[in-house]
Amino acid sequence: MRAFAILLRRELALAWGRGGGPLLALAFYACVVTLLPLAAGRAPERLAALAPGIAWLALALAALLSLERLFERDFEDGALDLLALGPAPLEAVAVAKCLAHWLAAGAPLALAAPIAAVILGASPSIAPLLFVCALAGGLAFSFLGGLGASLALGSRRGGLLVAVIVLPLYAPPVIFGAGALDSLAGGLPWTGGLLFLLAYSAAAVALSPLAMAAACRNALD
Amino acid sequence: MMRAVRIKGLSLARGERTLFSGLDLALESGQAGALLGRNGAGKTSLLRAVAGLLRPQAGTITFEGPDGALLEAETARAEGLHLAGHHDGLKTTRTAWDELLFQAQWTGGTEASARAAVERLDLSRLLDLEVRRLSAGQRRRVSLARLLASPRPLWLLDEPMAPLDAGHRALFGEILAEHLAGGGMLLAAVHDPLPIPARSVEIGG
Repeated sequence: MRAFAILLRRELALAWGRGGGPLLALAFYACVVTLLPLAAGRAPERLAALAPGIAWLALALAALLSLERLFERDFEDGALDLLALGPAPLEAVAVAKCLAHWLAAGAPLALAAPIAAVILGASPSIAPLLFVCALAGGLAFSFLGGLGASLALGSRRGGLLVAVIVLPLYAPPVIFGAGALDSLAGGLPWTGGLLFLLAYSAAAVALSPLAMAAACRNALD
Repeated sequence: MMRAVRIKGLSLARGERTLFSGLDLALESGQAGALLGRNGAGKTSLLRAVAGLLRPQAGTITFEGPDGALLEAETARAEGLHLAGHHDGLKTTRTAWDELLFQAQWTGGTEASARAAVERLDLSRLLDLEVRRLSAGQRRRVSLARLLASPRPLWLLDEPMAPLDAGHRALFGEILAEHLAGGGMLLAAVHDPLPIPARSVEIGG
């Protein structure tokens, strides 16, 4: 447990240092909120309809951009050797890395998502649910993106491979989350979609570290 | 506590190419082995195989505790060995102290033992610098600090002294001698002779 805390602290510092953190999330949404009306037209009702979906796009794109090299750096500079020879198993190392990524990048994005949606004209009543969905969805994105990054270790053009591996895994949480938000906005029961989303995230957190550790071992060999 | 390493009939291959086969080597408490051989002979691969990072084609690597009891390999490796090579895992954007402290704590050391290692390796003036500002020799000293900061019996060193200057080579020689005198073991890939008595092991013929 002590080793896990030590590693998590370092990974957070690294994730923060390479551009995570709340300011990046705000900048990301500033771009989205500014560009969307220019790209999609400025009719308020259209923007309001798009607003909750934008949060998902931002989360998925931000995760893909920053997760691609989650393991690659450590693999190249030898840190992965050190991590493999530490007191915690590689599975725990994978959890620490993905968790740190979520805390540094995913959570600030989730916090900013409802603000951006309300600015674009979504009803403030969906803000709490949007926050919870983005938080849980971002957790799944971090772990599944880490899975893609570990599988692409050592391959040329790994970024492309990560996108191809991860895309189908990113679809279900978006469907569940968007469904829940849609139902809430339409006055329908929405807990089902949210529970599916939470279950999916929990499964991603529980299962992907096993695959990440195996992929890392394979890459080191 | 690990007291011996035994390598029997070890064969290693990288891709299709066999590096060496049928290698036997035993190290006991207080002994050092110097791995010799041309570039690409498989010295680094042997070290990585002992560390459990490479899967051998054939043969076994076993670790023994006091009175010859076999140790479970995974625990023996996670708690009993240091692997230090060219790829030191130091993040260039963090300060030398942050990275040194992490490497020391991750392998089981404490802040106090990391401070002691800093004193011993004459690193105190470098601690606030980002790793990318260090010279190759300074960087190597930072990465070797964890050997001192978290005591582990088996040291696997890949060209440990290559970038060090004469003064620090002598210092590192003393550190190696102390490690062996304290019952440690040492396996080093070298081109220059080690500054301590060591058994030479020719790799790859």
